[in-house]
Amino acid sequence: MPVAYTPGLRIAADTILRQTRRLPMRGEVLVRPGDSVGAETVVARAELPGDMHVLRAAQMLHVEPNELEQYLVKRPGDEVHPGDVVARTQGLWGLFKSDVRSPIAGAVEEISATSGYVRLRERPKSVEVMAHIAGRVAEIIEGEGAVLEARGALIQGIFGVGGERRGRVRAATEGPEQPLRADALTDCEGCVLIAGSGADGAAIASAAEAGASGLVVGAVNDQALRQYVGYDIGVAITGQEAVPMTLIVTEGFGELPMARRTWELLSSLQGQLASIDGATQIRAGVIRPEIIVTREVAGASAPEAPPAQILEVGARVRVIREPHFGALGRVSALPSDLTEVETESRVRIAMVKLDRGDQVRVPRANLELIQE
Amino acid sequence: MPDVSRIVATDCGSTTTKAILIERVDSGYRLLGRGEAPTTVEAPFDDVTVGVRNAVGELEELTGRQFLDEDRVHTPSSQNRGADLYLSTSSAGGGLQMLVTGVVKTMTAESAQRAALGAGAIVIDVIAVDDGRADHERIARIRAIRPDMILMSGGTEGGTVQHLLDAAELLVAADPHPRLGRSFKLPVIYAGNTAALQGVKEILGDRIHLLTAENLRPQLERENLGPARESIHRLFLDHVMAQAPGYDKLLTWTSAPIMSTPRAVGEMVQFAAKDESADVLAVDIGGATTDVFSVFGDQFNRTVSANLGLSYSVCNVLAEAGAAGIRRWIPASIAENDLRNRLRNKMIRPTTIPQTVDDLLIEQAVAREALRLALAHHGALASGLKGVQQARTMADVFTQTAGGGTLVDMMSLGLIIGSGGILSHAPRRAQAAMMMIDAFEPQGVTRLAVDSIFMMPQLGVLASVMPDAAMEVFRRDCLIPLGAVIAPVGKARDGEVLLEWEIGEERGELRGGELARIALAAEHSVNASLQPRRGLDVGDGNGRRWTGRITGGAVGVILDGRGRPLQLPADDQTRVTRLADWLRAAGAMPEVD
Repeated sequence: MPVAYTPGLRIAADTILRQTRRLPMRGEVLVRPGDSVGAETVVARAELPGDMHVLRAAQMLHVEPNELEQYLVKRPGDEVHPGDVVARTQGLWGLFKSDVRSPIAGAVEEISATSGYVRLRERPKSVEVMAHIAGRVAEIIEGEGAVLEARGALIQGIFGVGGERRGRVRAATEGPEQPLRADALTDCEGCVLIAGSGADGAAIASAAEAGASGLVVGAVNDQALRQYVGYDIGVAITGQEAVPMTLIVTEGFGELPMARRTWELLSSLQGQLASIDGATQIRAGVIRPEIIVTREVAGASAPEAPPAQILEVGARVRVIREPHFGALGRVSALPSDLTEVETESRVRIAMVKLDRGDQVRVPRANLELIQE
Repeated sequence: MPDVSRIVATDCGSTTTKAILIERVDSGYRLLGRGEAPTTVEAPFDDVTVGVRNAVGELEELTGRQFLDEDRVHTPSSQNRGADLYLSTSSAGGGLQMLVTGVVKTMTAESAQRAALGAGAIVIDVIAVDDGRADHERIARIRAIRPDMILMSGGTEGGTVQHLLDAAELLVAADPHPRLGRSFKLPVIYAGNTAALQGVKEILGDRIHLLTAENLRPQLERENLGPARESIHRLFLDHVMAQAPGYDKLLTWTSAPIMSTPRAVGEMVQFAAKDESADVLAVDIGGATTDVFSVFGDQFNRTVSANLGLSYSVCNVLAEAGAAGIRRWIPASIAENDLRNRLRNKMIRPTTIPQTVDDLLIEQAVAREALRLALAHHGALASGLKGVQQARTMADVFTQTAGGGTLVDMMSLGLIIGSGGILSHAPRRAQAAMMMIDAFEPQGVTRLAVDSIFMMPQLGVLASVMPDAAMEVFRRDCLIPLGAVIAPVGKARDGEVLLEWEIGEERGELRGGELARIALAAEHSVNASLQPRRGLDVGDGNGRRWTGRITGGAVGVILDGRGRPLQLPADDQTRVTRLADWLRAAGAMPEVD
């Protein structure tokens, strides 16, 4: 029997995770194979020289370039802060003093007796790549970063916006069926909020204003999404939006309760540090957003990968399109003949006994297998 | 070619993989069965061959034959198992998302962006010396977006060299990993200052698949976008869209090289134009891309609108056409937010299919806009083959007038062929006819046909090894005549007589705002006489009588009195009522319990 297709969202309480962390330029790798790292551990760092600032010091002091030397307060190599005097004339009887002050924090790099310029260099900027997940260094990428391995929970969403962020998991609704309310958000600074069936524009904005680092929610309306990112997303390639909080949707658009299994797993992780990423690319080579919570498991063997699932009678499924969108059930029959559906199309269907009691026919393409 | 009696061929689309079985029977080669399954380019499979196995598995189930062995399609056949030939086409790679580099953001980089947009690509970022970002930020961005292709531009002839070399260094440092598998080399088109080319080649080395095109901004005041745009288009067609995770594995299964889907369909369209002795317009509308083909005289043109489609690209159609553009084709009141949510749900779960009538009508409305936009794109490109093209924005590309010398002439057009799931598998053939009529607005008298079960791609690749067998199946099993559409060109006022017609034994009047259908079967060809009122044209000039033969089809003859250009009622309620009336008149409205 052919293997059934599902969009492949992974909801695993205990799995092996592997992440590659690379600098965008060559630098120094700060970890070694086998090291344990925390989510905030800097794995690799590169130093970018600071920008150069030129002060026309001689001109500003009304002196000749070759006289500048005698008026210098700071010398090459000296540190400067904004407002520090770099050079000064004494004036006449202590009056009419002129000075040249540093506009930046950095150091004096060079004085030119030919031009009378003082060149200041801003402090070097560090470009760092953090571990993002707590785990162990499995492999070093020379001069660039490392491959990390960890064990823990992985929950993939169906769509997201915003990049990598971290925060403690906190439920913001009572259950998977309740929508997030803007007025119910307190004390969520730095948290990854878990919400049930939806969040409107006001609730998303409130969560972001309250300082939440992430919001994981069953569904959102397209309107709320547009309001949040500020434009209409055409092709689904996301993760780089300038948004204050990462938003991850687990089920879809509209109002849909978060799948109970997802809710229960996320709820069980409350108080733990989650590493989240909203980056989504829905095209060949799909990338889905993810929530990762790693944990220490001393000496335990690796969890077994779940067996490949097939669509067969008895399989646990969820309907992922109207008219039964979101309903859960079990396959009761798989007729091999093409069957007419409401649109008058003849398609391959499955008969599904829904949990709510009724039996319905659903195109096989509109079913998602659910791991049990 | 050894004796071939059984052929299995697949087409791996971005969303669905289709398998067909062709066998030699007493009367020659015939189509015997079809199976399909979702394309598997997402975890946990990440391997296009899984979808192929599923589609062929369905074919096995439906035909009672066996084609698969443990790990592949079994070739050649032995003991009634397997196939003598296994062939495939592919467009599984989906749309085209590009990165553009230039020197000055408002100059060369902007020209490069226009060239990419004109080729039907989505530009996901523009990197320029003055874009305000540090190199490490640019590198991080290149890695994150995983572009399908990069267009490098910058420097007028005799201008800067160093900035181009810097951009090449940036690409090397970014070492972008293409989304379509490790063996795939990222294609880069160089269309900048010629003097920097050698240096850029040396820096990029063999890590990247480098192609060159003429400088797209040779002088500050002159753009030369045509060659770069052509290169993007060709490269996408031949090297990007067919690729997908598992592509290398699939290559080892097939008896002949895998062909990109638009190349294969193009072969069949050219054959159809020759066979029918007519100017032909054909379209293949898929999940990620919409391909348009035309043969006018002996001029063949093919364009791929890389981000117009019904699943992966559905929200790009929404972004380009707007919610109002899509809603105007739905014969029901549906709130904008509901429409948007449904389209977003299709985008995130692209392999689902409509089960409700509402969902079907919405997808068919999106198809009309995708087809309309793709034809505008085709018209603009077909007109831009001569000399320097100076497209400005995507919107300008679409509104470019025929005065620019477009080769697409809707009045001289003899036949429109529709292919792709939404057209081939429309529950009613009349729905396919109406989607094509609404989107393309054919003028005068035009025949319509559809690819019966969406098999033109497979026949195209079959034609590369067994042309006679491909043509036999094409004539007998593939092309389904729908009939003809008669559409007077000019303004149609509601209720006024536009046309007096005689078609075979029947006669009547066509009034403004009316759409009517006359049953005429495929095997019937009858004499027709069409007398338009003054100010209208059905093919022989303003107010002049048209006489000729009209051939029927699965739908018959549609008399379209809605005027050209087609105007829809502005009032929402009237529009909904009218749309429903037109669909009912054409036999395209599903019956709702």
